[in-house]
Amino acid sequence: MFKKYLIFLAVILFCVNKLTFAAKDENSIQVKGSDTMVNLAQAWAEKYMEKNPTYFIAVTGGGSGTGFSSLISGTCDIAMSSRNIKEKEVTLAKQRGINPNEIKVALDGLAVVVNPTNPVSSLTTDQLAAIFTGRITNWKELGGKNEKIVILSREVNSGTHVYFKEHVLRKNDPNSKEEFAPNALMLSSSQAIADEVAGNSSAIGYYGMGYISSKQKPLSIAKDEKSGYESPTIENVINGKYPISRPLFIYTNGMPEGLVKNFIDFVLSKEGQDIVLATDFVPVNK
Amino acid sequence: MRKLKEFIIEKLILICGLASIFFVVLIFLFLLKEGLAVFKIVSPFKFIFGKSWYPISEPAQLGILPLILGSLLVTFGAAIISIPIGVGCAIYIAEIAPLKIKETLKAGVELLAAIPSVVLGFVGMVTLVPLVKNVFHLPTGLTALSGSIMLAFMAMPTIVSIAEDALYSVPKTYREGALALGATHWQTIWRVMLPAASSGILAAIMLGIGRVIGETMAVMMITGNAAVIPKSIFAPVRTLTATIAAEMGEAVVGSEHYFALFAIGIVLFISSFAINVTADLFLHKRQ
Repeated sequence: MFKKYLIFLAVILFCVNKLTFAAKDENSIQVKGSDTMVNLAQAWAEKYMEKNPTYFIAVTGGGSGTGFSSLISGTCDIAMSSRNIKEKEVTLAKQRGINPNEIKVALDGLAVVVNPTNPVSSLTTDQLAAIFTGRITNWKELGGKNEKIVILSREVNSGTHVYFKEHVLRKNDPNSKEEFAPNALMLSSSQAIADEVAGNSSAIGYYGMGYISSKQKPLSIAKDEKSGYESPTIENVINGKYPISRPLFIYTNGMPEGLVKNFIDFVLSKEGQDIVLATDFVPVNK
Repeated sequence: MRKLKEFIIEKLILICGLASIFFVVLIFLFLLKEGLAVFKIVSPFKFIFGKSWYPISEPAQLGILPLILGSLLVTFGAAIISIPIGVGCAIYIAEIAPLKIKETLKAGVELLAAIPSVVLGFVGMVTLVPLVKNVFHLPTGLTALSGSIMLAFMAMPTIVSIAEDALYSVPKTYREGALALGATHWQTIWRVMLPAASSGILAAIMLGIGRVIGETMAVMMITGNAAVIPKSIFAPVRTLTATIAAEMGEAVVGSEHYFALFAIGIVLFISSFAINVTADLFLHKRQ
């Protein structure tokens, strides 16, 4: 008797499970990828769900590369990325019948930060490249204290890491072989870099503008010695004066449809772009 | 009917018993299949003794010597710290402590074993890392030393509980004989108890080290993860485990980077397998 009851229960549970999963799939979107964009996407999702309470949007981070691999393996609907998709990733996606479709949703200035006690407050991109590749190793050479420079970088799964390498270290030159200095510390999140810079007077690190707080000092950056030094502010990114800024993307499988399209329309609407501004990024549609 | 029941139950238990071996073999085969593919791109020699690890560059540089040395250094440091303290603690619990203190200590050690490694890593990041930086006047506290100290905490419960068991299982007559011959308490411990339990204590140490070399989360958070051959214990290191954990999410399935990470997995698997087998040999010697 007991056994029969158990089987009955199992069948019921199984059916309920099926039903809830099916219902969930239709009304929910999985958004995954760039850590830089997690806060932004979360803010979009919250606002969107407030307006459309029947829908559910789940946002998770992990890095731009993680987003692409989930999009390719079909475990997310929207991949967030702070870099363009690589050719390798496109080929792989095509093999699995996925067509990555790129949509630019915001701009981000990359801030280079040091401890507030560090006397150095402006650098050229050449100097930045020299620091991060390990050619300059002491703050003394840049007019600072006689301290060894501690380089902080993001892990290789970070779009920020890739962007910084390609645009600052390699100066957009595809043939360049520059690499981060091997003794650069690889931290697993932007917050970890922010914390280490806040507590270490000889550290230098980089992350999206949104992470700047009073505990770190963002450096003013100049493209070369002749052009002026500009600080990472929203105006300077919009008017293109700040040299290290990058687009932020979301990728979908093919042209967006249904709920995904609805959500993306919201992201690109005035309201969505106001959220971009409120989370310290730079809107693309004004 | 009864016989049939017995038969079925027996076979079910047999399947359960074989399952664990079956899974280990499956996992190892999968590791081999995915990992060995990297040797079409780099030679095994270059892979193990290569000095630079730039997995996402074109062409990728896949040399894991800095990672191997990083893992070894952190493990070695953790062993130096945890072995004397762990064995000392086991001796105190087994031989010296009064019953009440013994119970409290044992509970404490078990509690230490129950702390999740990510919590230890987090605590280490906020407390130990700044401390190491200030005490040794280093440019950064994210060093192999911080990792070693934190991992020593993780190895200690294993070492203490197994070493303590080993001391308990020394026949009572040994101790009584030594004391009757006029040896002091310390002489008894040092000359009689420790040698008699030595194989069990060695096994305890090996298992503790085995735990350390496979640990990931805490080391990833506090060792700095710089893939450079460490010159001292005060330098940042990147371990094998942290590399896999940090990069697996990014690696495109089927790319050279992906295969390289699996090959690192093989290296790890073999080393911890070797450690466990050694520990097992010591344990069997004792019996």
